[in-house]
Amino acid sequence: MAGLTSAAGTDPNAAPVGTGPTPKRRNTELLLLGFAVLLTMAAQCIVDLTLTDALRPELATFGIWFSALWLVAHLVVRRFAPYADPLLLPCIAMLSGLGLVMIHRLDIAGNTLGRNNSGEDAPVQLLWATVGLALFIAVLVVVRDHRVLARFAYTLALVGLVLLAIPAVLPNSEINGAKLWIRVAGFSIQPGEFAKICLIVFFAAYLVDKRDVLALASRRVAGLELPRGRDLGPVLLAWVASILVLVFERDLGSSLLLFGIFVVMLYVATERASWLVIGLLLFSGGAYVAYQAFSHVRVRVDTWLDPFAYADTGGYQMVQSLFSLGTGGLFGAGLGGGRPDQVPVAKSDFIAAAIGEELGLFGLVALIVLYLVLVERGLRTSLVVRDGFGKLLAAGLAFALAWQVFVVLGGVTGLLPLTGLTTPFVAYGGSSLVANFGLIALLVRISDAARRPSAPPAAPVAKLTEAPTEVVGP
Amino acid sequence: MTSEIVLQAFRFGFLLLLWLFVFAAFRVVRADLFGGRTGRVASVPPRAAPARKRGSRGPRHLVVTAGPLTGTRITLGEQAILIGRADDSTLVLTDDFASSRHARLTNRGGQWYVEDLGSTNGTYLDQQRVQGPLLVGSGQPIKIGQTVLELRT
Repeated sequence: MAGLTSAAGTDPNAAPVGTGPTPKRRNTELLLLGFAVLLTMAAQCIVDLTLTDALRPELATFGIWFSALWLVAHLVVRRFAPYADPLLLPCIAMLSGLGLVMIHRLDIAGNTLGRNNSGEDAPVQLLWATVGLALFIAVLVVVRDHRVLARFAYTLALVGLVLLAIPAVLPNSEINGAKLWIRVAGFSIQPGEFAKICLIVFFAAYLVDKRDVLALASRRVAGLELPRGRDLGPVLLAWVASILVLVFERDLGSSLLLFGIFVVMLYVATERASWLVIGLLLFSGGAYVAYQAFSHVRVRVDTWLDPFAYADTGGYQMVQSLFSLGTGGLFGAGLGGGRPDQVPVAKSDFIAAAIGEELGLFGLVALIVLYLVLVERGLRTSLVVRDGFGKLLAAGLAFALAWQVFVVLGGVTGLLPLTGLTTPFVAYGGSSLVANFGLIALLVRISDAARRPSAPPAAPVAKLTEAPTEVVGP
Repeated sequence: MTSEIVLQAFRFGFLLLLWLFVFAAFRVVRADLFGGRTGRVASVPPRAAPARKRGSRGPRHLVVTAGPLTGTRITLGEQAILIGRADDSTLVLTDDFASSRHARLTNRGGQWYVEDLGSTNGTYLDQQRVQGPLLVGSGQPIKIGQTVLELRT
């Protein structure tokens, strides 16, 4: 018996079993990244050739910058998360590439019409992507083990709430009726995008701690398992606070996003369908109250129910978006062949309509499928990873992405009322892009832990109580 | 202006390429699910892979079939697999019925043995309480608390 235990794992002559190391698939990732960059460049060329009949010299700069961006991202993953999922990076490369192409295309349309009030937005977006990459690298380098994050759960919750609250108290934070911006030196930052990630980490850490209590210590009321109030306290508090702040800031989209994430993470943690029912009831109540109390919500709902009745006023965006999608048809008008600039704020809120017009249903569905692949990889990571916190965090992050895409595309296509969310990675907007890079960095980190073959246990983190006392000089 | 036929070629060509990208992504997903023997995209072998014997037919994966971690799959290598609630276990259980160092799976000569590490509630192989190291066959359920594990080839 003793011989067995000592021989295991140490005897190099033991017959190899299994398939050896799990394939890392880093080369697959590089190949797909190359494909994505190539496709982006091709799209840029098509746009320029169609609209201006010539290739700009700036195209070379763009190509080098864009390829360098993803090459660096790839090398960082190779170095710091060698077992990470190989599809996460290529998918976001393709999505942000498509976004950059569409923004550039709308820049050209704005210039030719002489309505150029904002300058060239595509280079700015590329710059934001670079900042996003910096955050991506920082997260991968600093967070070597995602489980460490669980220790900062309450700190992150506080940071998240403060980030959410800042624009509500700052003056001069209102753009288009929503108070959710910080304006510093010509830049506008939307702190809510970062708050989202902080709160997901908090929910994951808290729920994984309390899930047994939440799932078991419950009372049956009318066929529903209701948990005890005290178990829910902190989460409900965080939720109510964020919702209050959001109502105050008049940001429908983020409010909906946070609420959805909250309910689904509770459901994932406890496996109780009653949470979904409770969530749906709470949502219906909240939606009804919001409809009665806030005029901006009422406008959104009315224009959703019948956009053409309000075509000259509140429904103008919606109607233009529907026309845009209709013009695109199955195969689209071709890159540079449509008039997506007819839709107001086509670069940010309605970029999906622009893509639908120029690439058609086939292009838009390809876009959605890319998101689907991203989300699938996230959920798969959640299934495979071995610790509960990682499972919940990965599921929460993946769901946040899916929910956001659903709400935005539902809004643009008229399935849901319009909300102010951005299409992740594609739409113009620095904060959203940078925050989503951070989100993907966390997923890459967790998927690295999930796919790593059963390695020798990592060195235990030194506990504060065991650390040697150090004398600090005066 | 660029001629109409070229524009049409661009229009459909780009959509075609975009979907090629999507299908390339699908192939990777597929290869991931079925063990990496399906496509050229995904079958790039690691350069420094140690010499492996394709012929040896020992179990390759440890799969959780019941309990909170259902669906978790661990690729077996040379190392022993520690199961328990301790943070440094290979499979970290969140189960009140599991001990912090509950059981261990060890590889000897291509066969896997399960061993109880003095747990409170015991480890069961096919309903039988594990006392000393026991040989585990493919598909035999190992029960630890609420969690059930199986070796799969």
